[in-house]
Amino acid sequence: MKSLEGQVRIPSGCAVSAVISREGRRMSGQAVIDSMKPMHDRSNGLGGGFAGYGIYPEYRDFFAFHLFFRDHNTRRTCEAFLKERFDIVLAEEIPVEKMPQITDEPLIWRYFAAPLRSALRAMQVDEREFVVRTVMRLNTEIPGAYVFSCGKNMGVFKGVGYPEEIGRFYRLETYRGYCWTAHGRYPTNTPGWWGGAHPFALLDYSVVHNGEISSYDANRRFIEMFGYQCTLQTDTEVLTYMLDYLLRRQKLSLTEAAAVTAAPFWSTIARRPPEEREVLTYLRTVFPSLLVTGPFSIILGFSGGLMALNDRLKLRSMVVAEKEDLVYIASEEAAIRAIAPDAEHLRSPMGGEPVIIRVKEGAY
Amino acid sequence: MVINASSLSYQALNKAVRSAGGECRIENCLGQRFIGAGLSDCRISIGGIPGNALGAYLNGASIQVDGNAQDAVGDTMNAGTIVVHGSVGDAAGYAMRGGTIYIRDDAGYRAGVHMKAYADRRPVMVIGGRAGSFLGEYQAGGIIVVLGLHPGPQPIVGNFPCTGMHGGKVFLRSACGDVLFPAQVTARPAAPEDLEEIRAELEAFGHLFGENPAELLNAPFTVVTPDSSTPYRQMYVAN
Repeated sequence: MKSLEGQVRIPSGCAVSAVISREGRRMSGQAVIDSMKPMHDRSNGLGGGFAGYGIYPEYRDFFAFHLFFRDHNTRRTCEAFLKERFDIVLAEEIPVEKMPQITDEPLIWRYFAAPLRSALRAMQVDEREFVVRTVMRLNTEIPGAYVFSCGKNMGVFKGVGYPEEIGRFYRLETYRGYCWTAHGRYPTNTPGWWGGAHPFALLDYSVVHNGEISSYDANRRFIEMFGYQCTLQTDTEVLTYMLDYLLRRQKLSLTEAAAVTAAPFWSTIARRPPEEREVLTYLRTVFPSLLVTGPFSIILGFSGGLMALNDRLKLRSMVVAEKEDLVYIASEEAAIRAIAPDAEHLRSPMGGEPVIIRVKEGAY
Repeated sequence: MVINASSLSYQALNKAVRSAGGECRIENCLGQRFIGAGLSDCRISIGGIPGNALGAYLNGASIQVDGNAQDAVGDTMNAGTIVVHGSVGDAAGYAMRGGTIYIRDDAGYRAGVHMKAYADRRPVMVIGGRAGSFLGEYQAGGIIVVLGLHPGPQPIVGNFPCTGMHGGKVFLRSACGDVLFPAQVTARPAAPEDLEEIRAELEAFGHLFGENPAELLNAPFTVVTPDSSTPYRQMYVAN
């Protein structure tokens, strides 16, 4: 039995990195893997992971489910569960390269699937909500099975190991995407296990996170009222669900979602121009339970873009730089220089200041 | 002696620096941490990006970086000089208790957090550009100077400067009309005798980065000091 959040504390850093092409140019996963190498010491081998966007163009209209299974019995149970709800057009093991550094991996499968129309009609929800509900049920009701990626034309690849090893394990050099995010884990609080590695994803939203969410339980209690179930034993999971709730269900803009999760102090709000003050006051008042306290720097990936955000006190580092159509974001400048020695416009966003990069419309 | 840092771990790089003796040049540095940590008498110059905690516990050595440096430059340094021909990340001069740091451009959040002075130890950090929020947080001693030399849309310092300050001085080369200071400090226009205190460092800064010291001084400065030696005396307990 794995220890749950709060039952075990492992003292610790973490590393995050991302690269995105504004033009939607697809690049192999190798660059983002290389960017993680100078930050090796920020991880401790207990978790590494990546999210790639635009990697499944041939299946772009299907949800790409990535799952971990404890064993084949669990897989068969899970497949029966999925087949009652989805038309599965492809089921396969995710190709991996066996290596001595990566051990005890679960079964790792992917499914490209579309919700059955009859199932959608019966539940009277749109397909995205249908997928979210299915994932929540599956993760809570089928022991030993975890959906760790369920978006369209994107995928999460993660596990226990150093990020550069996990990248090689999943052969990310063979995929091509217009945006990649990466994470190296140094777990503080919770055990290192395959499901607990970053990114955490729901639909096409994925989050990599360096930090520690002090408000985890307050955020979790609030978000669980809306059907989200925290099952993965890591604080970042709740942040992923909060962003899905704010962006997809409440239809907030990215900037507004940033102003909720990394809300400025009241003293800072008081000094803003009247119109802005009103909006910020409204958001803090309506969503007080979604304020995230504690140190964090996160990169949120989504179809067609990403958003980087630091906690309002900026207790974690993050730098952004650009070169032509490429934008780089990382915990350390060295990570960017490793893959783009001549990147320009280097800057460190302020605490609570979202950096939003979008791919040109129609290019993804 | 030239050390090629490509693919060297921080341990191997620091070992090479220590065995180089008096003087060395590091090329192709990429994120290696703790460079020069604790060193007393040597000169290190760095091409590339040094990693976090550059010159931590520095004890008299001198370090020069061609470009930017990352977080925690001069963490707890005791003596010596660090010169950065670029910007630095967060928490530069963290708890430094002696020596001097010169930064040509900007500093991130928490520059000079918990800087302190003791007996003849008087740490000084000069930031040429602007500083992020929480400049001089919990400062207990020493001197922080921010020159605001590359004006942009942002103020010379971010939010909450000098929070928890109970010793030392902060000099901001600005009238600071747009800066909100906490109640426990006094921010006032610097008098000529205040500026005498930082003249030597400004001359050194000008010499290092090609600025005219007279022009650096020829601008309104704000000097920030704690209200008393115990500004937080009754904040938590009445004694």
